[in-house]
Amino acid sequence: MSSVHIPSAAVAPGSNGNLAKVGVAALFVLALVAPFGLYPIFLMKALCFALFAAAFNLLLGYGGLLSFGHAAFFGGAAYIAAHTVKVWGFPPELGIIAGTAFAALLGVVFGWLAIRRQGIYFAMVTLALSQMLYFVALEAKFTHGEDGIQAVPRGHFLGFLDLGDTYSMYYFVLAICVLAFWLIYRTIHSPFGQVLKAIRENEPRAISLGYRVDQYKLLAFTLSAALAGLAGSTKAIVFQLASLTDVDWRMSGQVVLMTLVGGVGTVFGPVVGAFILVTMENYLAEFGSWVTVIQGAIFVVCVLTFRKGVVGEIAALVRRGKGEQPSEGGGHH
Amino acid sequence: MIPLLGIPPQVLFGQLLLGLINGAFYAMLSLGLAVIFGLLNIINFAHGALYMMGAFAAWLMLDHLGIGYWPALILSPLLIGAFGVILEKTFLHRIYKLDHLYGLLLTFGLALIIEGLFRNYYGVSGQAYDAVPDLLKGGNNLGFMFLPTYRGWVVVASLIICFGTWFAIERTKLGSYLRAATENPKLVQAFGINVPRMITLTYGFGVALAAMAGVLAAPIYHVSPLMGSDIIIVVFAVVVIGGMGSIVGAVISGFGLGIIEGMTKVFYPEASNTVIFVVMAIVLLVKPAGLFGKAA
Amino acid sequence: MRLQGISALLAATALASGFAMTASAETIKLGVLNDQSGVYTDLSGPGGVDAVRMAVEDAGGAINGNKIEVVSADHQNKPDVGTSIARQWYDQDHVDAIFDVPNSGVALAVQEVAREKHKIVMFSGPASSDLTGAKCSPTGVHWTYDTYGLAKGTGAAVTKSGGDSWFFLTADYAFGQALERDTAAVVQANGGKVLGEVRTPLGSPDFSSFLLQAQSSKAKIIGLANAGGDTVTSIKQAAEFGITSGGQKLAGLLVFLSDVNSLGLKTAQGLELTESFYWDLNDETRAFSKRFFERNKKEPTMVQAGLYGAAKHYLEAVKATGSTDSDKVMAAMQANPINDFMTKNGQLRKDGKAVRDMYLFEVKKPEESKGAWDYYKLIRQIPAAEVTRPLADGGCPLVKG
Repeated sequence: MSSVHIPSAAVAPGSNGNLAKVGVAALFVLALVAPFGLYPIFLMKALCFALFAAAFNLLLGYGGLLSFGHAAFFGGAAYIAAHTVKVWGFPPELGIIAGTAFAALLGVVFGWLAIRRQGIYFAMVTLALSQMLYFVALEAKFTHGEDGIQAVPRGHFLGFLDLGDTYSMYYFVLAICVLAFWLIYRTIHSPFGQVLKAIRENEPRAISLGYRVDQYKLLAFTLSAALAGLAGSTKAIVFQLASLTDVDWRMSGQVVLMTLVGGVGTVFGPVVGAFILVTMENYLAEFGSWVTVIQGAIFVVCVLTFRKGVVGEIAALVRRGKGEQPSEGGGHH
Repeated sequence: MIPLLGIPPQVLFGQLLLGLINGAFYAMLSLGLAVIFGLLNIINFAHGALYMMGAFAAWLMLDHLGIGYWPALILSPLLIGAFGVILEKTFLHRIYKLDHLYGLLLTFGLALIIEGLFRNYYGVSGQAYDAVPDLLKGGNNLGFMFLPTYRGWVVVASLIICFGTWFAIERTKLGSYLRAATENPKLVQAFGINVPRMITLTYGFGVALAAMAGVLAAPIYHVSPLMGSDIIIVVFAVVVIGGMGSIVGAVISGFGLGIIEGMTKVFYPEASNTVIFVVMAIVLLVKPAGLFGKAA
Repeated sequence: MRLQGISALLAATALASGFAMTASAETIKLGVLNDQSGVYTDLSGPGGVDAVRMAVEDAGGAINGNKIEVVSADHQNKPDVGTSIARQWYDQDHVDAIFDVPNSGVALAVQEVAREKHKIVMFSGPASSDLTGAKCSPTGVHWTYDTYGLAKGTGAAVTKSGGDSWFFLTADYAFGQALERDTAAVVQANGGKVLGEVRTPLGSPDFSSFLLQAQSSKAKIIGLANAGGDTVTSIKQAAEFGITSGGQKLAGLLVFLSDVNSLGLKTAQGLELTESFYWDLNDETRAFSKRFFERNKKEPTMVQAGLYGAAKHYLEAVKATGSTDSDKVMAAMQANPINDFMTKNGQLRKDGKAVRDMYLFEVKKPEESKGAWDYYKLIRQIPAAEVTRPLADGGCPLVKG
């Protein structure tokens, strides 16, 4: 088998359902008041990456497919959103929709090619395909090479809410993220999500049960790509910029790392992972390339000893505290 | 000379030759990846970083110890190969029981660490490695272009290395053990062959190949911490096209894609960076396992 | 430095996720935002940060009892990294002015942030003349040199001495395009022709196929509209492929002392280049460079020297006005002439351009050099009027208003 094993107890809310609900409510309240205590731009960046990581996790954590090319959707959408808003004069919400639609379309094409292979092959193919988009972004005229698309106006949401105001922008981003997280949560717990998990656990069996596995995979891939695109377009509006960083393969690596640190296949894991890494990047900026070294070290530590991630480990602790059988995570099967 | 399709022949041949030279590097790097993948089932994401270390080792030997090009061409791969053995012993061998994807993630982390450390100590602007032996200095006017002797040497050296590796694996006894271990490690172990050691040494050998490519590249490109990550993704595409784990596939598609890239530079330069990935997409459509790969 | 880093890390962990670290309002904070790990590290980088520190030390470390503090960061040549650091510095860390910002792409993006926040930014590293042209800002200062001056210096000199057909190798971003545009204009004004150009991605390891295109164009001059590592690589490979020995000449349109140092005189000899500073020009430049050398173990580039001057001029304006208010400081900086070891009676114009003389140099032959860092011989000092774009020609909206 070539999928990453996910401790199934961490996936379903199970006996921790109420706890999770309280957690969600607390998080939401925290998100509402956060910009009064924390730097709003930082929060928006973290939110965009949290959404990006959650979209990625939908594919890896629930579909068992490790894509190493998600930067293509994130960055490609960012370019489309920035271009439509800046050059074509789209309002921000339309620009974001355009970016997301582009990412979804790209997802269909890349997904159609990539799901022909599995596991490590799948990872390589997605990586190579996303690098193709990188070179398109490098050569195309409208992306402006190394400069990127700069000074994208934030504009007015629905024509009246001025997103130039930092707080309006923040709540706009928060609303997008909450909606998207809700969509992801519903997807995971829908029949579609259940079939996806069945495929992840045992693909031949799912086939023999009559599921058209490829269609499920392609749909999951497209959804994940679209949501990654939503994150990318939103980031382009927040930072008023779309650049090569967004489509670089290192960006694909970053989102893998965020998900891994937070906990693959957990609902909150990617969010936690994104906040940890964005915080780290912010405060370590003055150390230049040490950031790369530290990120690499985290990768190694996560793979060798910490495969459940922060949220996964905490979930395991909670279960152990309740006297339940600790589940063996990240194992071979 | 007569222009061909509106292209002066010196431009056409010149770019083709440059493509062949690039292809020589693609072939050497994808060869190492294929050898490692064949036995370990790991895509060695750190391959680019190790290639870079090979070049740096040569530069450091010259700078600090006064060791010249020819000794460095042997010493650097040995040194970096030994480093690969250490990597395998300390990190990689802990994760063989896990899913292969973890190997990709682990080596990705290692690549970040190595690249970051070198960036910290040496910056990105790169170091000049001026140790080309007199024998390889200068160049020849081929009529359509001026070919520096050193670049010609790179193609020859790459062909020798690729053929030697192919011969060792496909035509020697040791190679037959290796191939057997790839197919059925338990059985080979039962015959009294130390498979874990074989795995370690194979990784070391693949790494040494990367390092040797690094030494060959050092006089041409600037020795820079980023030289590995610039090239490695292209090499991944080459490996996918050739068929993962196939040695012949790695070599042929390495050279072939270098030439295709050179051709694109003549007719449609804007697409020269993307063409390899387009070829990859087409190959995947027609032969999902790659040109020389076994069906998965 | 390391200890400081660890304490910052501890503070970061303690604060968990980004509460504003409020600096005391009395501190005057200068932020140096440059490349500390990429292709432009050698020409600005840590040395540039140190040049600003030297200016702060020379100002006594404080003005009217208010401490002066210097912070620095690496923008990694990425506009997104640069703008988010600039935003955070202005918004949250109470940085009063940002310095350097090599890489025109990042500089143009940071200019927009500074404009929006109405804070001062003083560019030393970037080259694009757009910073004081169409994209000029009431709070932006372009201090050390620009593409117009480089084109007027090297471009005109080369064309006049017979190099009347050109092919450009252009770094594919704001800087390269501006340099190509400004140089092409100068070439044509002097009766030359531009036969073509090829755009190259920043930091390409291999220029051979681009050079082959340039060679087949049969142009007399191959103009290198790139900088730093890219220039070094293209010059080296041009020699390797026998292009320079085949009769075509290279014109390095922006070559820094650090580039010549890494090329070596053997490869770089004979190259003509334009700079606004060279360490060995006169007693004053030698005195500054000696101090700089003792601290950084290399001679300063014009970007680093310019950073000292920019910080000095800024701090003097703060002292004169007794304020860090952007409008007051800008007015004072424009009213006072610029005088330091590299500039005599310079002037800061309304569009943000610092007006100063520049110099045309030629790189020495190995046998002419008397030792380490003895690289240039002066061909001529170019008066400010010749290397500065007339105020009306830049298209800066501030000028009309």
